[in-house]
Amino acid sequence: MDMLSRVGDALYWMSRYLERAEHTARVLEIHLGLQLESFSASSQQHWERMITSLGLEPPEGINDIDLIQWVCFDPSNRLSIVSCISFARDNARQVREHTSSEMWEQINKLFHDVRSNAVQEDWETEPTDFLRSVRDGAHLFQGITDSTMNHGQGWQFIQLGRYIERATSSAVLLDVHFEHFHPTGATTINFEEHSEWIGLLKSLTAFEAYCKVYTADLKPERIAGFLLLSEEFPHSIRFAVDQIDIVMKALPRSKRDGGNQPARLAGKLRATLCYTEMDEVSATGMHDFLVSIESQCSQIHNAVHQVYIEYPVDAALEA
Amino acid sequence: MMTTGRVIEQRRFPAPFSNYELGDPFDEMFLASGAPREHYQEIYDFLLHLPAEELRLHKQAADQSFLHQGITFTVYGRDEGTERIIPHDLLPRIITAQEWAKVEAGLEQRIHALNLFLRDIYHEGKILSDGVVPRDIIYSCKHFRREMRGVHVPKGNYLTVVGTDLIRLPNGEFVVLEDNLRVPSGVSYMMTSRQVLKRIFPRLYQACGVRPIDHYGQALLATLRNLSPDGRPEPTVVLLSPGVYNSAYFEHSFLARQMGIQLVEGRDLAVHDSIVYMRTTSGLRRVDVIYRRIDDDFIDPLSFRKDSILGVPGLFNAYRTGNVTLANAIGTGVADDKALYAYVPQIIKYYLQQDSILQNVETFLATDPTQCHHIVNNLDKLVVKAVGESGGYGMLIGPHSTKEQQEEFRLRILEDPRNYIAQPTISLSTAPCFVDGGNLEPRHIDLRPYILYQGEKSVIVPGGLTRVALRKGSLVVNSSQGGGSKDTWVLN
Repeated sequence: MDMLSRVGDALYWMSRYLERAEHTARVLEIHLGLQLESFSASSQQHWERMITSLGLEPPEGINDIDLIQWVCFDPSNRLSIVSCISFARDNARQVREHTSSEMWEQINKLFHDVRSNAVQEDWETEPTDFLRSVRDGAHLFQGITDSTMNHGQGWQFIQLGRYIERATSSAVLLDVHFEHFHPTGATTINFEEHSEWIGLLKSLTAFEAYCKVYTADLKPERIAGFLLLSEEFPHSIRFAVDQIDIVMKALPRSKRDGGNQPARLAGKLRATLCYTEMDEVSATGMHDFLVSIESQCSQIHNAVHQVYIEYPVDAALEA
Repeated sequence: MMTTGRVIEQRRFPAPFSNYELGDPFDEMFLASGAPREHYQEIYDFLLHLPAEELRLHKQAADQSFLHQGITFTVYGRDEGTERIIPHDLLPRIITAQEWAKVEAGLEQRIHALNLFLRDIYHEGKILSDGVVPRDIIYSCKHFRREMRGVHVPKGNYLTVVGTDLIRLPNGEFVVLEDNLRVPSGVSYMMTSRQVLKRIFPRLYQACGVRPIDHYGQALLATLRNLSPDGRPEPTVVLLSPGVYNSAYFEHSFLARQMGIQLVEGRDLAVHDSIVYMRTTSGLRRVDVIYRRIDDDFIDPLSFRKDSILGVPGLFNAYRTGNVTLANAIGTGVADDKALYAYVPQIIKYYLQQDSILQNVETFLATDPTQCHHIVNNLDKLVVKAVGESGGYGMLIGPHSTKEQQEEFRLRILEDPRNYIAQPTISLSTAPCFVDGGNLEPRHIDLRPYILYQGEKSVIVPGGLTRVALRKGSLVVNSSQGGGSKDTWVLN
């Protein structure tokens, strides 16, 4: 049976919001650890940079404790962890009959868990408990999704949401980090900033995976190469884009004008990441390269929306 | 109180019936003598020999099963967490084959006549010219749709899905309390509670010889496909729901799954050149028949309420053009107006030249000065209903009301007589229900069978939804007002 556009859209956003919540929780958990031993920047600057690396605008005149609360719980922050989980659950609720009941139970449980008062009260004493439960809850949901749902069109939209979000948020994170800690393109790392680089890798669950390839010898260019171009590591941008491209090949191809736009854009970005080497990235400049990835991801998002979700009725009839 | 009255003091029932009292109302299980009716003998024996603990465990298992299946409804006007399981009573209500045969014939007759009536008033209006039904009552009804004048509907079927509320008088006779001709709900509870009961009482179910109801989904789909617009032999049928926040959303999604059709919302549909399409990821798909679970008012902001965000702009025009079928048709509410209800026996006589098989409850119209006088002077004895309301809202139950409430209704009735009718307070029949503490006590019930109208013939799945007023003595069975449900067994 054909899938309603609304259903595809809701599955996409459900998955995208949940990926976002998990990403934020992961980054924040790592930074809480880093902050314990940071000597360089003041803690306020540290948190502001972290917030920028999550793609958020920190609100004016807010101290660091409140800032973390704002990232975790504040409903006025549409991208706070709790907001993201609420939106994910709202979307899941709209399409309950298109997901497995196990999926619904898990996302509903996660939603109720993070909103319970107990969690927000425990926060002050054990902040990482909350973050870990978000991360675990999201992982569990992904596992349940992959093993209980038909890997049909609905599942493809879930994949798409997850990997578009992953590619975009990783690009933003890398950009802020490299701008701050690697502005000159030096080949080695300052001793004081060592833990920040480990933090970057850990923020993308990449520390152990990196060490297996390059040992614990941290070099900015290798780190960039690994997080951008690794074919095998699931949190690299290349990996995410490969998955996006696979989804595009699986979705029905539209015969309308511009109907092949999503597949074309995904294929193009995949080719770039597939055939680019790190010295070319450095020549372009890391910042420009990452900005271009972000903008291509957003073009893919828009193209998918136009071809599969909100297409104009007249154009669809002529095709 | 109405429900107790003449208690047979000397009668003691054995456990688990030790608190059971028989009064004036008809009791489904027991004769006035206290002996079980023949068709309840099987279950009566079963209950006598069932340890109390086991009954409790059965009840628990049933509740669990409802919860896990997510069989819930939404209560309006409260905060979050408004999804609740519909309270469900474990013991089935049993109807004999003869009783059912009469109910079935009576409903078939009644719905057919009401359909002919709808066709007539939206075309020639003969019944009005002949003075059988006063014009006023039609034109002053807020569910009358002028826009439907002269519109051809496929096969002339205005009605498709009907849920008629029946009650039993103290003498055991089934009478009609209300016709629900717009978007009746509850059929999903009928089907799911049957699934649960079959699992919990398999042997009892088999021993009683119960007629099946599983074919409802298939029958509904066949009925809908049959209404396909001309020249569309392989119609695409969809179910149009207001969405996840509607109180009956569970039912919408349940029925869509049972029929294997798309569950759509207004925003999934688009109208172009008076043809209705749904948006899918593979492009637009033409829609031929819409089983709509949205009220007339909200279905098309261009034709009806402008502020509706649930509807589909242009849908009514596509409908009028004959490119898409809506079931039920627009404007059927005029025939389940509570004031019109009083005229249904004459309507049946007029179109079918037959006497009604199922009787009405005596009804007083506030528009008639003499009857109005009677109503306002007997508010402590009558049930007053606002004509356009449903779901147990806007009602006064005289014997259970305070003087202030009666005074309030008196003023309201005098101010807007067209909006009110009154009926004698009838003690609905009672049936044994499992109450807290493990006993079985009588509670008031009604019966809502679901009729799939297909012209002169209808498909009526045997049984329907038995609604229970779970509060002791209460006569209100609506789920929004503390009512629950029971499985209904029609015997072979």
